[in-house]
Order: sequence, then C-alpha cells, then structure tokens
Amino acid sequence: MLLIPCPWCGPRDETEFHYGGQAHVPYPEDPASLTDEEWARYLFFRDNPKGPFAERWSHAAGCRRWFNAVRDTSTNEILTVYRAGEPRPTAPLSARPAGPSRPTSALSARPAFEDEAVQAEAGSGGAAPSGVEGAAPLQDGTGRGGGGDHTLRTPTGGRIDRTTPLTFTFDGTDYQGYQGDTLASALLANGVVQAATSIKLGRPRGIFSAGVEEPNAVVQIEAPFPEPMLPATTVELHDGLVATSLPGQGRLATTPDPARYDAVHAHCDLLVVGAGPAGLAAAAAAASSGARVILADDQPEPGGSLLGTGEHLDWVAATRTRLEAAPEVRVLPRTTVFGHYDDNHLLAVERRTNHLGADAPPNVSRERVWRIRARHVVLATGAHERSVAFGDNDRPGVMLATSARTYLHRYAVLPGRQAVVLTTNDSAYAAALDLAAAGVGIAAIVDTRPEPGQWAERARSAGIEVLPGHAVTGTAGRERLTAVTVAPYEGTGTQREFAADLLLVSGGWNPVAHLFSQAGGKLRYDEVLGTFVPDSCRQAVAVAGAANGAFDLATALVEGTKAGTRAVEAEGYTAGTPALPAVAPQPYTPPMQVFSVPGEAPRFVDLQRDVTVDDLARATGAGLRSVEHTKRYTTAGTANDQGRTGGVLASGVVAELLGVDVSALGLPTFRPPYTPVSFAALAGRDRGAMLDPIRTTALHDWHVGHGALFENVGQWKRPWYYPLDGEDMESAVLRECRAAREGVAFMDASTLGKIDVQGPDAALFLDRLYTNMMSNLKVGMIRYGVMCRLDGMVFDDGTVIRLAPDRFLVTTTTGNAAAVLDWMEEWLQTEWPDLRVHCTSVTEHWATVALVGPQSRAVLGSLAPALAVSNEDFPFMAWRETTVAGIDARVCRISFSGELAYEINVSPWQAVPLWEALYEAGAPYGITPYGTETMHVLRAEKGYPIVGQDTDGTVTPQDLGMGWAVSKKKPDFIGKRSYARADSVRPDRKHLVALLTDDPAVFLPEGTHLVADSELPAPPVPMLGHVTSSYRSAALGRTFALALVKGGRDRIGERLYAPVGDRLLPVTVAGPVLYDPEGARRDG
Amino acid sequence: MADTAPTARPRSPLADAAPRLAAVTRSSKGALRLAELPFLAQVNVRLDAKSPAADAVGPALGLPLPLEPDTVVHAGEVTAVWLGPDEWLVVGRPGTERDLERRIRTAAGDEPAAVTDVSAQRTTLLVGGPRARDLLAHGCALDLHPRAFGPGRCAQTTLARTQVVLVARDETRAGFWVLVRSSFAGYLVDWLLDAAVEHV
Repeated sequence: MLLIPCPWCGPRDETEFHYGGQAHVPYPEDPASLTDEEWARYLFFRDNPKGPFAERWSHAAGCRRWFNAVRDTSTNEILTVYRAGEPRPTAPLSARPAGPSRPTSALSARPAFEDEAVQAEAGSGGAAPSGVEGAAPLQDGTGRGGGGDHTLRTPTGGRIDRTTPLTFTFDGTDYQGYQGDTLASALLANGVVQAATSIKLGRPRGIFSAGVEEPNAVVQIEAPFPEPMLPATTVELHDGLVATSLPGQGRLATTPDPARYDAVHAHCDLLVVGAGPAGLAAAAAAASSGARVILADDQPEPGGSLLGTGEHLDWVAATRTRLEAAPEVRVLPRTTVFGHYDDNHLLAVERRTNHLGADAPPNVSRERVWRIRARHVVLATGAHERSVAFGDNDRPGVMLATSARTYLHRYAVLPGRQAVVLTTNDSAYAAALDLAAAGVGIAAIVDTRPEPGQWAERARSAGIEVLPGHAVTGTAGRERLTAVTVAPYEGTGTQREFAADLLLVSGGWNPVAHLFSQAGGKLRYDEVLGTFVPDSCRQAVAVAGAANGAFDLATALVEGTKAGTRAVEAEGYTAGTPALPAVAPQPYTPPMQVFSVPGEAPRFVDLQRDVTVDDLARATGAGLRSVEHTKRYTTAGTANDQGRTGGVLASGVVAELLGVDVSALGLPTFRPPYTPVSFAALAGRDRGAMLDPIRTTALHDWHVGHGALFENVGQWKRPWYYPLDGEDMESAVLRECRAAREGVAFMDASTLGKIDVQGPDAALFLDRLYTNMMSNLKVGMIRYGVMCRLDGMVFDDGTVIRLAPDRFLVTTTTGNAAAVLDWMEEWLQTEWPDLRVHCTSVTEHWATVALVGPQSRAVLGSLAPALAVSNEDFPFMAWRETTVAGIDARVCRISFSGELAYEINVSPWQAVPLWEALYEAGAPYGITPYGTETMHVLRAEKGYPIVGQDTDGTVTPQDLGMGWAVSKKKPDFIGKRSYARADSVRPDRKHLVALLTDDPAVFLPEGTHLVADSELPAPPVPMLGHVTSSYRSAALGRTFALALVKGGRDRIGERLYAPVGDRLLPVTVAGPVLYDPEGARRDG
Repeated sequence: MADTAPTARPRSPLADAAPRLAAVTRSSKGALRLAELPFLAQVNVRLDAKSPAADAVGPALGLPLPLEPDTVVHAGEVTAVWLGPDEWLVVGRPGTERDLERRIRTAAGDEPAAVTDVSAQRTTLLVGGPRARDLLAHGCALDLHPRAFGPGRCAQTTLARTQVVLVARDETRAGFWVLVRSSFAGYLVDWLLDAAVEHV
C-alpha cells in the first residue's frame, strides 16, 4: 500500500485518494473555436510516459482537496506533490531514505565446481560396489514408527515441557508428545519419519526439516477444525490434535469455519522481523531508546537458530524479559511477516489460538492479520539450509543437517540411530558432533571439500570418520532409509555403502531474502558463500545476520545491533548498548558450491513437486534459458513451500545445465506471501453483513416494521415495495401505483443526494455545470437540471432549488451524490478557483418524504395550517417553508410521477413523527406507502428517464428527447462543445422511446434486443437497440417498456421485433410519454 | 425557517443502539467506553483562511479557526475542527446550531463565506477508555499513538468501511470523538461492537 503525501494532511494510505488523470491539461479557453479534432484531442488523449508523470489526485476520504503529484510510472514512487494551481516543481521535495548499499559482485567467472561435477560423473560410475558398513539400522524399515515408547527422546534437555504430555492422532494411530513439540518433532520422537507420499511419483517422503521450509511433511489437520496442507514442522502440538498424511493436495473443510479472524493496523519506528540472535540484538539496541519497536517472529518463543543449537538461551531469556518490559516495544510471537510492500507497509499473520486446540476462547481471533507501517525495517529472517541433488535423495530419513540438530536441542528428539552426513560446508559438523554426543551413531561425514579443515579434525577427534572429497551418490530403503552409497566426488575411487536410517545433508545456506526482495531489494551472488545475498533496497530496510549472509553468530549479533541502532537514530532516538553474549571464535573453512552429484537414480531438486535434475535438463533441452521459464515448465518452486529448500538449488542446476554462471542466471521472483496464508485470515471480519456497509434512512425501522422488501441502491437500503398479506410483487406494485394515481401515496426519498451551493458566484457556477440555465431561476422556485460530462453524455440529473440569490440546494440521484460533489469540487479547485462558491453535502441533514397523488393536497393541507396549498398560492416547481404536523419543513412542489405531488423535507430527527402524522392524516384517503418499484413505474409511464438505468454513459440529453433542457443561450457549459461533434448529430443515434407489445400481457425483459425483421437473418443480426426499462402499468392496463432505439423518434409507429427466448415478439415504437401526455394531472 | 418548536422528541440515529453501547462499557469493566453523543450542533464553515472573514469569525466564536491541518481548537463548549484549508466544522452544545450559524454569518458580513447547518448530517460516537486506540486500530489505518495523534489532533479518514471525522479529545484517556454520517452510523456501531468482542 503506497503512502501518498497529501500536501495538507501529510502521508495517508493510497486508498484515501482518487486518481484524476494527467495534470496541467487545462480546459480550453474557448471550446467553440476548436476543431472537432482539437476537441477530441483534449477530451480523449493523454500522455503515457515511462518515468516521472504529473497527475492529479484528490484526497477524497480526507480533506477533499485536489492536488498534483509527480509519480514515477515505472516504480510508483511519488516524487513530489504540490497544491492545485501551483507550477510543477523542478526537484523532488524530499529524497527517500536509502537502504544499505553494497557493491554488486563484479565477478561472473564460471565457478570451478561445474568442471568438477563433470569429472565426478565419470569417476563414480566406474567404482565397484563394496559391502555394507556399519550396524543394521535399529528401525524396522517401515518409517512409520514402532510404538509410543519415547525411546527416541533424550532423557533431559529440549524446550519441551515434560510435565505436560499431550495425546494426538496421526493417520489413525494415537501417539504421545509434549507441550512445546511440533507435530513433526512428536512424530520423530515416536519413530515416525514418513509423513507424506509424493504428489506425482507416489514415493514415500519423510520429515526433511524443522521449520517453514519443509517440502515433504505437509499434512491435513482433521481436528479440532479441518485445515489442509500445513507443514508438520510448523504445527504446534496440542491435546486432541488429529492429522493425516497427504498424497499431495489437501482438502478444504466442508463446513463453515467457526473461528474468528481479524485484522489490526500498527505503526512503529522500527519493525524487526525475526527474533533470532540478529533480530534480538536489533530490538534490544532500539528498545531502551524510547522508539516504538515491533519484534515479530514466527515461533512461539524468541531465539531463532539459538533454540536449535541450544546456545546462549540465558541471554535470549534475559533479552526477552527486557523487551517485554519496555513500554513502547511490542513482541509478537507466532507471527509470520509474509508481505513487504511499498513505503514499508508489511503484512503479518499472528496465530493466536491455534496452539490451544479445543481450549481456544471463542471471542479471541484465531488468526490476526497485522498491517504494519514501519519507518524502518530490520530483516533478521535467518537462512535456510539447502539440499544437494544426488541419487534417491528423497527417502524418508534424509534430513537437513541443522534441522536434525534442532530436533535434538529444541525437542530432545533423536531423528535416527545411525547417520551418514553429507556436507559441502562447516555447519553440518556441529550437528554431527552434537548428535554423536547424544548417542546417534555417525557412520561417516562425507565432505565434498578435498580439505575440510579444522572441523574435520574435531570430528575425527570424536571418533567420526571423515571422507574428504567424497559425495553421496545413492541411497537404499523404501519407507525408510536403510543404506547410503558414498563415492569420491572427483576422480575415481572406491564406492562404499553404509547402513544408516538417517542421512543428514547440508548443501550450503540461502539467506531468507523473500521480504527484502518483495520490498524491491536487489540480490547479488556471493562467490564465497555460494548463494544470493541482499544488496541494496530503495526502502528504509536493513538486513542483519544470516539473512545478510553473516552465518556466524558473532557477526550476526554485531550486525543486528548496528541495524537496530541506525534505524532508531535516524528517527532521532539514542540507541542503547545491548548486553551481548560472549561468543567463542569458531574455525572456518570456506564452503564448496555443489548443486548436484552425478548419478542414474532420480535426483530431486523440488521434493514437493517431484522435479528432478532430469526434468530441468528436459526444460533446458527444450530451449528454455531463464529460471522463470524453467520454473513454469517444470513447476519447480511452485508448490506451497515455494522452493525454500530447492529454489537456489534449481537455479544452480539450471546454470550447470546451461553452462553459465548461477550469478548471471539469478533467482525466480519472490512474491508474497512468504508462507501460505488462509483466505479466512485475509478476509478477517470483512465477511457476511460486515463485507459492505448498508446505509439506512431515519425511517428504516418503520419500513421494516411495515413489511417492506428492500432494494440495494448503491449502499442504501431503499424500500422496494410493501407487500400485504398474500401479495406478490406484481400485485403489490399495481396497488401502490393505483393509490398514487387515484388517491394518495407516500415514499421515503431521503436517499437523494443534497448539496448546499453557496456564494456570490453560485448561479454562474451552476450555469457552467448544468446544461440548462440556472441563473435566471427565481428565489422560491425549483428547476429540473441535467448535468453532463465533457463528452456531452448525461452524468446526473435532479432539481435545483434557489434558496436565496447566492444560495441553492441541488439534489442528485441516490447513487451519484458523492460523485456529483466530487465533480463540483474538482471544477472549483482545479479550473475555476476564482469562483466564490462553496459546496457542502447535506444529504443526511434532511429527511425527504414524497407525498403523491390527487389527494396529496388535502393531506398536506390538513397538517400544514399555515401553508396556502392552492395551485395559485403554491404553484408547480415552487417551494415553501412552513410547519407540517408541527415540524419545521421545507415543502417543494415537484413531481416525479406526473401527479400532483410534494416533497416534504424535515430534520431526520423528526422524520418518524412527520411520517406517522402523514400516515394518520392520509388514512381517510387510503394513503399507501410505496417503494422504488412503484416510483419507477410511475416515472416510466411519463417517460422520465433514470440516469444509470435508461442511460449508460453513451446517451446525450438530446438522445433522451430532452433537447429542451440544453441551453442555446449560454456561451458555454460542461459538455456543450461535444454536441457539435459529428458523432453527436448523427441521425441514427439511439433515442429513448416507448415500446408496446402487440399482446398487452406480454412483458419484455430488460436488456432485450430489438431487430427490424420478423425473421432473423443470418448472423450477424443488425441490432437496432435494447429495452432499458420494462413494467406492468395499472394506469395503462398493460405492459410497456422504454428502449434506446437507433433513430427511435423517427420510427414512432413502426413495427419492430424483440427476440425473447426462441420467439420474435412484435412491438410498436411509441413516444416515451404514455400516460397523461398533456400533463393535466400535475396540478391535481 | 420558522422558529417553531417541534412537537415530538427528536430521535437520534443511534437511539436504539444506546443499550448495546452501554453494555460494552459495562462488560469491558471500563477498558472501553462507548456512547452516542446525540444532537450536537454542527455547522460547516467554508471561507478563505486569509480573508478578513476568517479573522472576524474567531472573536465571534470565542476561538480562532485552526489553520494547521488536522487540528482542533476548542474553548468552552465550542470546538472548531479543521476539515480542509478553507473548511471547518464548528461543533457546539445541542440546540445551539442556529445561534452558531447566525454568529458566524454576522461576523463574516459581506465576505463570501458558506455557512451550513449540518447538525443531522453526522452523529457523534464517543470511543474512550484505555483500549480505545486498540479498538479503532482494527479499522483505522492512521497512527493513533499519542505521539502522532495526541490531544488537539483530528483527521478525516476511513474507519472500517466508512468515512469519519476523528477527533482526539483533550486528555488521552478521554478517548476520541468519531463523527460519522448518519446513514452509516448503524453499520459503524455494528462494526465497533464486533471489534470490541475481545475486550468484553
């Protein structure tokens, strides 16, 4: 959501503004002197540049001022704003804060690993198989667990609460877990690794990770409420949880979701995304400054990667306590920031009661969408470990190395008994050492690097065999991994096979740059890290820690502190110096970039979409050269994990296949949401009756109480008709029409738009706005007026009441009230600022009751003793101030039915007593309330058009037969020049006429087309026009319709045909005024 | 218009909603205070802020028309709300609209000024209590923190799906006035009551 700076009110959300097109296109001084072409150029032609563009905006939901803005049409940045009437400034008013900028990698040399990969293919193919090494795996080989004896739980440690055991069900089997488990960790603790079956190939798949990046273990939740496709690694365990594994897609619930979802807006000086070490340090630096800070993290507790390593948790706890106590700091756990938009507008979803299961309180929203506007953002979103594409790399038991470490430290779970580790970098060693210390047998660490450095020494010291320059080339097992094949990565050598139920993989790390990229940030390829890292961003965004490629803890803490400090100091606060843990220096050997290992068996790149290296090879073989194209061709990266573990891998493999550098190839675009968000959360409370407001008049309750059915007119609820017991719509409307034509009837007309126009130039202004003359209207009198757009097409109509020489009350159609007021303000503010006129909406300041029918004078007279109601004293199109039923009222003698009629305007605070007094005083005459349907019939019988029903933006007043309302005397008015355009004077323009069917009982549906011939010719059939309104008339004793017909006024009396269903109904064209054409009934 | 006293008691747009609003105030144990302030006099004033009329209207009302965007000035029982660079809403005690209109017109004299009684155009909701900001944040994109929207601030903006005039009252604890078009008032109350569910 853009922030647009109103020159008066300052920055506001773009939804408060209306766009007004190109700026500095003035209304021609003398439109009459322009040629048709020049006029058309002014009307229809606008510039469409790429780059800075001066355009008009209105702060429509705010101060209602029109202003100009220069917007860059390629980036949507508002470069500057200035008030209407001011010249376009030459330089932007203010520069935007720029994000951290670093030089882009200039290197694009082809990396060595591609050559190595080619050599390795020949080498491993020639190796002879060897015997299986190591003990047989302890599991039964099913991957589905061996009972709930918790033998895979370590006796101590972890973040689980061992005093709160929980019971849950997976695929029909009951298991036990603990408070603090995820569904995935609880399954692993029960020996269940296989959690899904792959979508295309039906291969068993196991839990692969410990976080949102999970591609495999995507499950269906059945209870407490069905929810499809949640990663088991993100589902917090609660008592009574029921889940099933999924072969691919999930199922939506068939019953409505009873939970509540809502949304809130929030503002802050600094939003920190991610509460790992970098994010905590950033928030801690900012917290004591007094700046407003929000710290959002997707986990139930802060700590991030430290939860998975088990390090410095005392510092995490102390920092959390300090943050939660700081008055202007808001810590949002279980909150995923999923979208980063313009002007640091970020969307997050907070999972508030999911983890409570059936105990969730009904009045607390289950999920809440946070719409956060942040002055500065620190992205401390961490990194995801990536996999390596080797043969059969998808078996249950293959797991990311650091995820296994997380299962050990955070959940006290051993994800297997006997492991092989495949790595290209240092990080897997810590996982191997920790797991070994916890009792997992590490058969070998297979490191693709020929010289793995000090970490390898540490492993050897712990008694673990390290195989430098080796890679995993294949695996065995079905429901669960049973063996791993290892061979030299380069050159030839002995192939070895290890028995294992766990294969830990680390192919390097990908910074979580999704939000940074959504924010408009550019990524660069880091040759040393072998991955894409954030480079620069035009928004006020900083990236810290692993998200920035700082994969070691000490650097992450420093980067976080600096980013938090810079952000709040830019806002004028003094940052504190947070206490940071002492981090021991760790040995470091640069990683090696390995994306794939040659082999015959399928090598999966995208586990969730079953995309292999061979699939990508087919894509490049078909000539695709861009990762955007290979993504669409193979679907790699399109599943609900969005390629978090496989995305960079896919790019790397495609680069290898194409023989280009991965840095030149790039990544597919990151788009929100970062993780899937339910539609229910996005809808929030905007559902049911809350989806769209309804507007009601002061008389609404009376209408409801008297059985009215309602019609939606814009957002208004208007009484449609008032059926008596047993009446259908047709008979109710005929009864209401008869009452209005023969006795007296009344309706609530309060919804009409009303605008008070005041000022010495008010009459001149209205003369320019309406097609007809308003300046010669006398005080005390009323005139009907038509308003057109510049193209001459009818825009609105209504009455103009002259209250005083410099004051008018203008009425508009119900649906157009706001548009007409905006139209008036636009002209006054942008074209005619010299006119001394002001317009004020008074729509709801008045309640209006239309009193209609030959007996209306008697009813009014009985309630308004001070009012002389005779035709001579109170003529047609006059207004009077008086009291009606003792209530101050302005009574207008206007008619939208052709009958004697009055519109009585009172304060809405007095509307009910007025209405009830009319109902009572009219009772002797059978006064009848009527609704919009009867109003439409009555007006149509008189040929009065309804703007928006009988017009559609292509109809001129002349087309409607209202040339009389178009002034020939006024030098100019809006639309006048267009009436001289060649198109406006075509004889075959569509005119408004009436249609009478031969059979008076036959009803023409609105929209029916009209043709000339009694038999349809071969298509295309020439259409002469269409029916715009169609009714049954009590007064005429038959049906009738209004229609727009080509050259209609020249066809009066002609026979046309209306195709309805499979019949061609004969109709006769008539003049539009069918009832009382001489106007005899107007004066009663 | 004739100065005849109405025969019936006036009825405000939210007359029926009063018990529901009071119930929230009660059941939230004071965390929220919701009520309609019906029938406040409201007069819309349009004039050139640099004209002599602007200078004359101030003394007539006993307070200067605020010239800083999105601010209010109040003195005694009259509040002047900035709506635009040439537009203000003058709010007063119920029943004073004609007096206010007359005083402003007289002060403006022959200067072009538009003075319009709009008392029934909008009704006023009081949204107060310690959780008032949290409640409004469900549907208002503006920053309502006291640092950004403290006493003396006002804004025309969108609340839920309707336009409102929002006024921060003198003390932060006193909450906000929410002036809403009468036809939308019923919708807005339904929305507020729904948003308040967590606090009751």
